[in-house]
Amino acid sequence: MKLLYHIGRYVQLMLRVFQKPEKQSIYLRQIVIEMDKLGINSLGIVIIISFFLGAVITMQTAYNFENPLIPLYLIGLTTRDSMLLEFSSTIVGLILAGKVGSNIASEIGAMRVTEQIDALEIMGINSAAYLIFPKIIATLIINPLLTIVSMFVGIFGGYLSVFTITKLTVADYFYGLHYALNTFYITYAIVKTIVFAFIITSVPAYYGYYVEGGSLEVGKNSTAAVVYSSILILLFNMIITQILLT
Amino acid sequence: MIEVKNLHKSFDGRSILNDISVKLEQGRTNLIIGQSGSGKTVFLKSLVGLHEVDSGHILYDGRDFTKMRFKERKLLRKEIGMLFQGGALFDSMTVEENVIFPLNMFTDLSTEEKRERANFFLNRVNIMNANHKFPAEISGGMQKRVAIARAIVLHPQYLFCDEPNSGLDPSTSILIDNLIQEISYELNMTTVVITHDMNSVMEIGDNIIFLYNGQKWWEGTKDEIMHTDNPELNNFVFPSKLMRIIKDQA
Repeated sequence: MKLLYHIGRYVQLMLRVFQKPEKQSIYLRQIVIEMDKLGINSLGIVIIISFFLGAVITMQTAYNFENPLIPLYLIGLTTRDSMLLEFSSTIVGLILAGKVGSNIASEIGAMRVTEQIDALEIMGINSAAYLIFPKIIATLIINPLLTIVSMFVGIFGGYLSVFTITKLTVADYFYGLHYALNTFYITYAIVKTIVFAFIITSVPAYYGYYVEGGSLEVGKNSTAAVVYSSILILLFNMIITQILLT
Repeated sequence: MIEVKNLHKSFDGRSILNDISVKLEQGRTNLIIGQSGSGKTVFLKSLVGLHEVDSGHILYDGRDFTKMRFKERKLLRKEIGMLFQGGALFDSMTVEENVIFPLNMFTDLSTEEKRERANFFLNRVNIMNANHKFPAEISGGMQKRVAIARAIVLHPQYLFCDEPNSGLDPSTSILIDNLIQEISYELNMTTVVITHDMNSVMEIGDNIIFLYNGQKWWEGTKDEIMHTDNPELNNFVFPSKLMRIIKDQA
């Protein structure tokens, strides 16, 4: 019953979020601000994580390729497909759920407990739309770009790790990167990223918006927001994979 | 004028407001007083729609707020200014941006005009040289004054103040009280102030409503309160020996 209550309230909130804005120019400005705050500010962590993920995937794959019958260029292919199919979208999505999700839940939650949301409502402003809509649109725009950056950086990380692997050559690695490339994998990753972006922003926003109490509850709801967005990302990862890849 | 008729509000089956009917006059400072837990804040939040009432009517110059749809309420709220207990200034905006915010949302004034108007109201509440400071960088009293400037920048017809003196020292409290009263007269607003500060009652109470256990227990002026024989009101307003001596001498 509680699950149905939360789903119902979440849907109601989203209906309010997507109502016509009071003043479009203000919302557009907010979207740009949020793109910087939620997207560009996450670029550093995405680059660092993707670089090391790519490098480690390459090293681990090379370590496991003991059989001389398996061609070594498959190491490059494995790195490429791992980054494209899973790591750049899902793992980066999970990390952003922690970073961006807790940020959104605590920001909106703090506004709730300090009556700033009530102040917006009293002014005749749709607080849900004003606070949440720009965040959702910003991440829907910027997160696919972060995913593409992550793919390139991951593959670059794999390339640099080749120099630490004696049996693998750069030529083998590059041949593997080009071998049997299915561009639909990129589409699949972008579709996943868009769905995850919506989850990463809307679920924490929901938890922040409905905080009741004080700073302790803001902290609890931020944690809950990260946990539930991560679970939903994993769930939708499976659903989208089932729909698009089988 | 705001007219409240037979207002009822409960939470989880527990009655908080019970059959409250009052008239809150325009151009006067209407004070709602009562002990903690008497339902003052719930009453105020019900008036502005932050709490949905169970039954009863709230008429803003004849317009029934309880029967309005979401969009109609949004329109009416443009005529409402509210000062929250903690100020509720937006942390991410400077003092000036906070005051300009309602102008950005609801007017087509140029940037220069908006600045001019914001600065006029900031000067009116005696805030100087703090335009580019953030709320966290100014004192509690200054935050309240900036919040008043933000509340009145669109020339509202109705002003609601939720415990404007909480957390302030007595002299700053009186400054805030006087400011609210002066602005109410200047802009001819219907002003409703929630308080349990007796200084405020004696300083600015044109019309005083005493809530007790969720009911309207007494209504009168600050002069009448000095001569009341209502025991609950007397216990609330004159709780100490000193206050009782003041009452006897009045």
